Parts: sequence; structure tokens; C-alpha cells
Amino acid sequence: MTRNRTSTARKERGTGMNAAISIRNLTKSFGDNAVLKGVDLEVRPGTIFALLGSNGAGKTTTVNIASTLLAADGGSVRVAGHDVAESPEEVRRSISLTGQFAAVDEVLTGRENLVLIARLRRVDAPAKVADDLLARFGLTDAADRPASTYSGGMKRRLDIAMSLIGSPAIIFLDEPTTGLDPEARLEVWKTVQELRDGGTTILLTTQYLDEAEQLAERIAILHGGTIIADGTLDELKRMFPPAKVEYVEKQPTLEEIFLAIIGAKEAN
Amino acid sequence: MAVTQPATLPAMIHDTNALTGRLMKAILRSPDTIITVALTPIAIFVLFRYVFGGAIETGEENYTNYLLPGILIITIASSVAYTALRIFTDTQKGITARLATMPISRSSVLWSHVVTSLVSNLATAAVIIGVGFAMGFRPDAGLGGWLGIAGVLGLFTLSLTWLAVIPGLAAKTMEGATAFSYPLIFLPFLSSAFVPTASMPGPVRWFAENQPVTSVVDTLRSLIEGTPVGNDIWVALAWIVGIGAVAYVVALRRYRKAV
Repeated sequence: MTRNRTSTARKERGTGMNAAISIRNLTKSFGDNAVLKGVDLEVRPGTIFALLGSNGAGKTTTVNIASTLLAADGGSVRVAGHDVAESPEEVRRSISLTGQFAAVDEVLTGRENLVLIARLRRVDAPAKVADDLLARFGLTDAADRPASTYSGGMKRRLDIAMSLIGSPAIIFLDEPTTGLDPEARLEVWKTVQELRDGGTTILLTTQYLDEAEQLAERIAILHGGTIIADGTLDELKRMFPPAKVEYVEKQPTLEEIFLAIIGAKEAN
Repeated sequence: MAVTQPATLPAMIHDTNALTGRLMKAILRSPDTIITVALTPIAIFVLFRYVFGGAIETGEENYTNYLLPGILIITIASSVAYTALRIFTDTQKGITARLATMPISRSSVLWSHVVTSLVSNLATAAVIIGVGFAMGFRPDAGLGGWLGIAGVLGLFTLSLTWLAVIPGLAAKTMEGATAFSYPLIFLPFLSSAFVPTASMPGPVRWFAENQPVTSVVDTLRSLIEGTPVGNDIWVALAWIVGIGAVAYVVALRRYRKAV
């Protein structure tokens, strides 16, 4: 297995070096259940890449392998120029994982959560780093409350803030908006876009089509253990029959109605 | 082939220290856990001292002195279940995964749980010993004896905590994470902790005399009474170190696989 991976890596070195994340023929089974049957994808630096798929499609498995949590059965995965199987320590220096559930310590305050990660990442002036992130994520007022008192959206923002400490070049966001209300969802979207604008590479998984459409430069659809489509939104659209022109009355979506009402209430 | 650099010891201590601080904050903010852990052992203490004690013939004058080691063992056995619970909760919430993807010392995550267990057990043991004094505990141990008691209890806690790490990492449910502690809590009842093993029928007596709790209890009892520990301490240490070493290896392997 190792020999395979090394030789594949050598062959790919010419093309794979410029990608932030480069996955080639990745396979992984749990017992008899082959979850990944040869996944290929490449994420360019400084872009948002959405891995789209239904529940159980293997999105989390892919992210867990790329973030050094899980060993692959076969294929090669290079992150920030390093093979995840050969030099996981190097990979860990360049990445941050924001998992499916907000991984915050709920007994600690928001500030303490941030200071803890800052100390572990050995950044200078952990207290100042925490202050800056609290301000940036609108958590200054709640900074000294236990995270258990936070709303789902606040926990998620704190979670993402914790992932940014030490300025990792690549961030994995595994279903970052699952379980969030529409407002919190928009907040997370805004954060993700700001990160990309700051040069961070983001691989996000989602089961929401609109999320991929809103955020990602490139979208890959993971289905049945392989990538069945991979491209920009326009490229994906072109794969389907040309759009028919129809005239329909534009009804507001429930999301627009909800946000309009909430917005009006808060203005009062 | 790139070589993974082993984490240096100062780096490991730095990380363990930071992570232990997190867990200790949790305990200090709900100090009731230390009291809750002590309640059942204290109830057993009172039950044996004041209800059964009069009918039990140990051949020693002070039955409180006789009881205390076993009560401490029960306390530690029930307290390490909290370590399993904390590791299970961390894993469920994704905190273990977050830490495992960070460039920090690998074993520091588990060591922080173990150090936290040592510190909180020290506090609980102090509570139990305090209650013991109120119930007539009159030790004859000198400074060396007390250091010996602290050392044996510390090693025993260390060993059982590493054992607790395994279900904490492997369990699928909260009940599964803590179930391992029930037989551990029961073990002192099948030992010399409450009655002399000589009073037990053949097979039970054989089990009681050859299981680890008896040697630990007898060692602690000798240290408390200021009498020679004899061979007991070596048998006790062999059990403690043996169980701890195996648990440590299995726990670390499980951790590398699980996260």
C-alpha cells in the first residue's frame, strides 16, 4: 500500500504541487462497506471548493482523511504540498478542521476557548489574538459567558474563530451550516467569503445546493463513492440541457419572507 | 519517505499543561462532582463502620482504620469513570478530532485527562480521609508512611485512569463509557477490604487473596498502622504497574486509530 502511494505521489508531483489539496484515486472501506471508490479532486489555493453529496456519500470520510484523522486504504492525498500519510505533522501545521458539530468546550467562556487554542498553537500574545477574533466575529459582548449559553450560530462562529488561530492556509469546513437557522447561515457564509478573500483555501462539504452555489468557485458532486461531476457552476450548468425560457411570476422564497420579517422586527 | 518527528518532552509538557488547565476549570466550576464522587463511598463507610462493623471480627481494635483503605479504593474506582465520561464527551463533540488535527503533541490530549484525574482524586481522597478522622480514624503512620500512602494511591489512580481512557475512546454510548467501573467498584467487596479473607469459604477466599485489591488494601493498612509492609507492597506494585502499562499501550494505540 505504502509503495503504491509513494509511486503515485512521485508521478503526480509535477501536476499536484501547485494545488492546495490534491486527491488521487482515494479509496476507503469500513468493513465490507466501500465508502470511497476512487475519488479525485484538486483544490486551487485561495479558492472555495464545495464537496456536495447526500448524507452518507463519504464527504466526512474524505475530509477526515485529508485532515489526517483517518488513514486511507489506497490512493494519494497531498495537502499543502505534503502527503498526509507520510508527513501528517507537516500537514497539521497548514490546516484547520471545523467538524460537523461545533467543537467548543461549553464549560469554558468564548475567550477561554480561543486562548486555549492560541496557547496550543503557540502564537504570540494569545490574549490579544482572542480579543481580535472576538471582535471580528461579533462575540465581544458574550466573550466572558460560558459557551453553553451561546446560540447555535454563536457556537459555530466561535468554532470557526478557533479554526483561524495561527492563520492556517487551508481550512476544512464539514457541513458548516447544518442545523443553523437562516440568519446564522448567512453569517457563516459571509465569514467563509471573507476568509477566501484573505487568501485562505477552503474545502467545504455541504448537502445544500444553494450553499455550494452561493460560495464555491468549484463544485464537485460525490455520489456512490466517486466524483460524478466536477467544475464551476457554469460548467455544471452546461452539462445539462439548455435552459428553457419561461415567464413565471416571481414569488418571494420562504427564506426571503423570514428574513424580511425578522429584519423588520429588529428595526423596531 | 519523510519521518514524523517525535514531539519533544518540553513541547509535550506545554501542551499537557494547557489542556489540563481546560479540564481543571471544568472541575473547579462544578466542585459538586468531587462531593458526588465521595458520597457513595462515604455511605458505604458509614454503613460498615456503624451497622455491620460491630459484628465483624478483624482482630484489630480500630475498625475505621481497617475500613479506610477499601473505601479509598472504591472512591478511586468510581471517580475514574468520570475520566472515561469526559473523553467520551470530548470525542462526541468533536473536540478530540479538533485537537488531533492540530500540530500538538499526540499523547498530551490523553495525559491532560490523566493528570486531571490524579488531581481530582487527590482532592476526593482528602475529603474521605477527613470524614475518616471524624469517624475515629487514628493512623500511626509517620511522614514516610504518609508519603507511601500517597504514592500507592497516586500510582493506583494513574493505572486505573489509563484503563478508563480505553472505554472513553471506544464507547458508542455514555453508558458504555462508564460500565467498566462497576466491576472495579465491586472488587473491593471480594477482598480483604471489609472482612479478613480467612473468614471466607475456599474458592472465594482463594480469589480474594489473589486479586489485586487485597494486596493494595493490605499495603495501605500496614502503612496506616505503621507496621512493616512485607511482601504485599511488591505484589501490589506489580499489579498496579502491570495493569497501568498494558492499559497505557492499548489506550495510545486506540487513540491513534480512533481519532
